[in-house]
Amino acid sequence: MIPRIDIRLLLPVLSLALLLAAVFWLQPRAMSYLGLNLLFNLAVPVALATVAQMIVIMVGDIDLSMGAFVSFVACVTATLVVDTPALGYLALVAAILGYAALGALIQARRLPAIVVTLGMSFAWGGLAVLLLPSPGGSAPGWLRALMTAKPPLVPMAVLASVAIALVTHLVVMRSAFGVLLRGLGGNERSLGKAGWSPVLLRAAAYGLAGIFAVLAGMTLVGLSTAADANIALRYTLLSIAGVILGGGEFTGGRVSPVGAVVGALTLTLAGSFLSFLRLSPDWQIGAQGAILIVVLAARLLFARRRAR
Amino acid sequence: MGHDDRAPARGTGGAVGATPIVRFEGTGRAFGAVRALHPSDFAVRPGECVALVGHNGAGKSTLVNLVNAVFPPSEGAVVYDLPPGAAPAGRSFEAGAVRARRAAGVRAVHQELSLAPNLSVLENLRIAQRDLAGRGWRRRASDRMRASLDAVFPGNRIPTRAVVGDLALAERQMVEIAMGFADGMEPARLVILDEPTSSLDASVAAQLVAHVRAFCASGGAAIFISHMMAEVFDIADRIAVMRDGRIVEDRPASAFTQRSLVAAMGHVAPEATAAARAAPSGPDILGADHGLSARAGEIVGLAGLAGHGQAEALSRLYLALSSDWRAAGAPRAAFVAGDRARDGLFPLWSIRRNVSAAGLGRLVRRGLVDRAAEAALARDWKARIGIRTDDLSAPILSLSGGNQQKVLFARALATGAPVVVMDDPMRGVDVGTKAQVYDIIRAEAGAGRTFLWYSTEMDEIRLCDRVFVYRNGRIGAELRGDAITGEAIVASSFEMEAEA
Repeated sequence: MIPRIDIRLLLPVLSLALLLAAVFWLQPRAMSYLGLNLLFNLAVPVALATVAQMIVIMVGDIDLSMGAFVSFVACVTATLVVDTPALGYLALVAAILGYAALGALIQARRLPAIVVTLGMSFAWGGLAVLLLPSPGGSAPGWLRALMTAKPPLVPMAVLASVAIALVTHLVVMRSAFGVLLRGLGGNERSLGKAGWSPVLLRAAAYGLAGIFAVLAGMTLVGLSTAADANIALRYTLLSIAGVILGGGEFTGGRVSPVGAVVGALTLTLAGSFLSFLRLSPDWQIGAQGAILIVVLAARLLFARRRAR
Repeated sequence: MGHDDRAPARGTGGAVGATPIVRFEGTGRAFGAVRALHPSDFAVRPGECVALVGHNGAGKSTLVNLVNAVFPPSEGAVVYDLPPGAAPAGRSFEAGAVRARRAAGVRAVHQELSLAPNLSVLENLRIAQRDLAGRGWRRRASDRMRASLDAVFPGNRIPTRAVVGDLALAERQMVEIAMGFADGMEPARLVILDEPTSSLDASVAAQLVAHVRAFCASGGAAIFISHMMAEVFDIADRIAVMRDGRIVEDRPASAFTQRSLVAAMGHVAPEATAAARAAPSGPDILGADHGLSARAGEIVGLAGLAGHGQAEALSRLYLALSSDWRAAGAPRAAFVAGDRARDGLFPLWSIRRNVSAAGLGRLVRRGLVDRAAEAALARDWKARIGIRTDDLSAPILSLSGGNQQKVLFARALATGAPVVVMDDPMRGVDVGTKAQVYDIIRAEAGAGRTFLWYSTEMDEIRLCDRVFVYRNGRIGAELRGDAITGEAIVASSFEMEAEA
């Protein structure tokens, strides 16, 4: 129902608006094309990684390898894709298939995803170091051009975020395929009884998450023009926080793609907000955590109210 | 009383000549050594509405799961009537039988709700119906669901876009039933309804009964499972009675009366001769708000069909008795789990530690566990209860299921708690162990301990001094002494019409 989506989305949108207002108040010059682009530039890869995490959470799992995987993809993009494009893109496709295989493995062997992905995070990290032992590499030209494009009226970062939210919403919430994936998180047994293969579906979900994670790594390189094996390690917890901030729940397949993107934007903005406050970087991570706790506490209160 | 003394196609109330939608040919199913369904012949033809009745463990679910291709039969075959052109070829059972079941239009409405709560009503239909995909699938799903909901439950106010988790329990059940009858690529020909009215109120249940009658009148068929006698007679034109894994009666509904039906279900093998035991008298030592009570030294049974509130009543009572943390050393109640793996065993621990786990409060010296006392306790109970092992420090999983259950009994009895709560503790335990444990229970009761015993097995219930029969979450009847018979328990488990 419409009112339910509204309530689920209300809090993330409200927190984003509040934070944005605070930033504008602190730094009025941010209220411009250039300012907005700068504020949200780094949000694009975070949003993509958050969507990838959301798909994994949606099927009842959690992905602790997200940051390592995005870093690995960034290393592939900054080295192989630039030097030997055919091999590079092949490697990225293989990485997505690898993700799908992980999903199939987790379902078929009934393994806890948290353990499998934790283990895989070391595998991805190791591969990334092998490819790029020290920070370096370069961004493919088209990617750099895409990420620094200046469309009229609306900055690229905002446009990209809207596009990500829209595409994910269509795939996950509206398509017949998305229903099956959400059903896997909601009631796996009823899918099995209806004759669907949970193994294939979980593989599909992980594959889809892999596609978004690869896009996250590529856009990250497009923005930073170089890569490093540890470039995106923060993304693991950032993406989980973004999903939860955006109204998603850890179990039961209840997620909101639009909310997840808004959550990612909020988290990125929280960093800028703290810089504008001239808070020492030492305190920023703690303060970011505090913001997260406040928002989640507010959500809990809302939920209690509604349950009554 | 085998299957072979009955003609395969007997007692059809509907179109006798028509090809059965589903037919059992000497079909049976065993789970390991446990015989769930003896080889049976059974058929449902178009236009028939068959009620399936029987007490716990009579084999109803097994029969339904075979019709529904949840698992393959161990012997015999399940034959579906397929529409021309649909010749499902499948290498595996899943691919073949499930597809054949679907092509034959056999649908099931399950007792435990099987909807995905995070999806909307129309999205749940998408999971059941594969052809809902591609452009405009939401509209088509919504239309099918709307039409079915309005046909089965006229006047319902369930929006097809509502998220199932937001619906009330009764509404969810209505959605699930409507999904069973919804239009689809393979139209519904046989709908299995397993306790479909358990959370519906009377007027809605009447709508369902009327719809099923109309559905059968127009050539559909239904298998209906219910514990409400009135409903069974309202809806069915044929009744199949199951008992101990066999179809013991399969006749037109008109051949039964409520009493003869209960007699057919409840006639249990010769009464186990329990040595007479003087029922304890004296004041109740515990009671629950809904009427459950027990005296010191009494064995109190909780009976009725599975899932009618017995387990919940037990856990509420146990929680009330055991939640005082200051009494850790001398608990008022101990618990014996029936589901060993889920809430009984510590699978990685030794037998000794599993025995002592609940009574550790009495084995503590200066904050540490007194190892010697623990070993003595385990040795003592090994001898008293007959745990078959040479080595109490061996892992618990090295024991057989029956011996594992004895360990759980020893754990509860070793606490010294005056009340022992047992949640169907004999599930999957062999006969010899059962007899031993019965003796221990009677001896302990004689020594003044009170037992609360939830059981789904009739011969265990007959060992009790007093029995409360649960129905729909409430106590439907209280039986004592000689009044505790199979017939009486079945009669109170099933809802009768007011006059009965």
